[in-house]
Amino acid sequence: MSRWLRLTPMVLLALVVAALVWRLAHPEDTHVPSKMIGKNLAEVRAPAALPGRAGVWVGDPVANPRVINFFASWCVPCITEVPLLQRLKQQGVGVDGIAVRDRPADLAAFLRANGDPYRAIGADPQSSVQMDFGSSGVPETYLVDRSGIVRYQHIGPLEPEDVAIIRDKWQALRK
Amino acid sequence: MKWFAALLLMVAAPALADSNLPPARWANQQLPDPRQEAKAEALMEELRCLVCQGQSIADSDAELAGDMRHLVRSQIAAGQSPDQVRAWLVERYGDWISYRPPAAPVGWPLWGAPIVLLLLGALLVRKRVRLGRR
Repeated sequence: MSRWLRLTPMVLLALVVAALVWRLAHPEDTHVPSKMIGKNLAEVRAPAALPGRAGVWVGDPVANPRVINFFASWCVPCITEVPLLQRLKQQGVGVDGIAVRDRPADLAAFLRANGDPYRAIGADPQSSVQMDFGSSGVPETYLVDRSGIVRYQHIGPLEPEDVAIIRDKWQALRK
Repeated sequence: MKWFAALLLMVAAPALADSNLPPARWANQQLPDPRQEAKAEALMEELRCLVCQGQSIADSDAELAGDMRHLVRSQIAAGQSPDQVRAWLVERYGDWISYRPPAAPVGWPLWGAPIVLLLLGALLVRKRVRLGRR
C-alpha cells in the first residue's frame, strides 16, 4: 500500500474535525423562512379577534399595502414590539395584527397593558393563518402589497432599526 | 415570612411560553376511521415540527405541532391524500418540513454515495483476495 493511501484516514479525520469546528463556530440558522414571499394570499381571512373590532382580510385593497404582525398575549417578546409598531403607525404605515392562539379576554388585557397599534386584529385559534403564511412562530412581521402578495418577512421581535427598513419597503409598495 | 417566601418559590409558575387555549380538536384525538387515522399518523411521523426542530409533529408537544396534527387529520378526513397535504406544507415551508426528501439534483450525491461506497469496498476486497492468493 502506498504511503499516501496510508495517510487517507488521517486526512479524512482532519476533514471531519475541521467541519465540526466550523459548525461550532458558525451555528446553524434555525429560522424557517417562509416560502410564501412573492405569493398571493389575498384569499386569506381571519375573523375579528375582539368584539367590535374588524377582522383581517389579507386581500383588502383599501388597507393594503400594510404590515401584518403575528403576535399573542402569551408571547413575551411581543411586548417589546408594541412601541415600534406604534412608531410605524405614527409614520402612516397601516398595521394589522393576527392574534395566534389567543382568548379575547387575554388579548384585551394585553392591549390595555402594552398599547394597541393595530387597525384590525384577526383571530387565529388553530394557527391556520400562521400556516397559510408559512410562519413558524410569534412574533413575525410581514408586508403585503396592494394585491395581497406577500413581499417581506421579518422573523422574531422587531428591533428599533427595523422601523425604518419596514417603512421604506412599505413606501416602495405604495407607488 | 421566610417560610412564605420558600412556599412561593415552590409553587413558582413556569415561564409563560404557551397559550391558554386548549389543543385543537384533532391535535390529540384519533380519527374515527382507522384507515384514515393510519394514513394521517404515517404522514405525521414524516413532518418536521417547526418549533422543536429535530422532532416529528407526531412526537412534539409544541402547540404548533398540535395545530399541524389537527390540520393533517382534518385534511385527510376531508378526503385529501397524504401527498396533497405534504405538498401544501412544502409549498409554505420548503422541503425542509418533510423528512422524506425529494430526489432533487442537489440530493443525488447523497443517494449515490452508498452505491459508490459499495463499489469501492468491492474493489478493495477484490484486490485483497488477489493479494492473498499470491
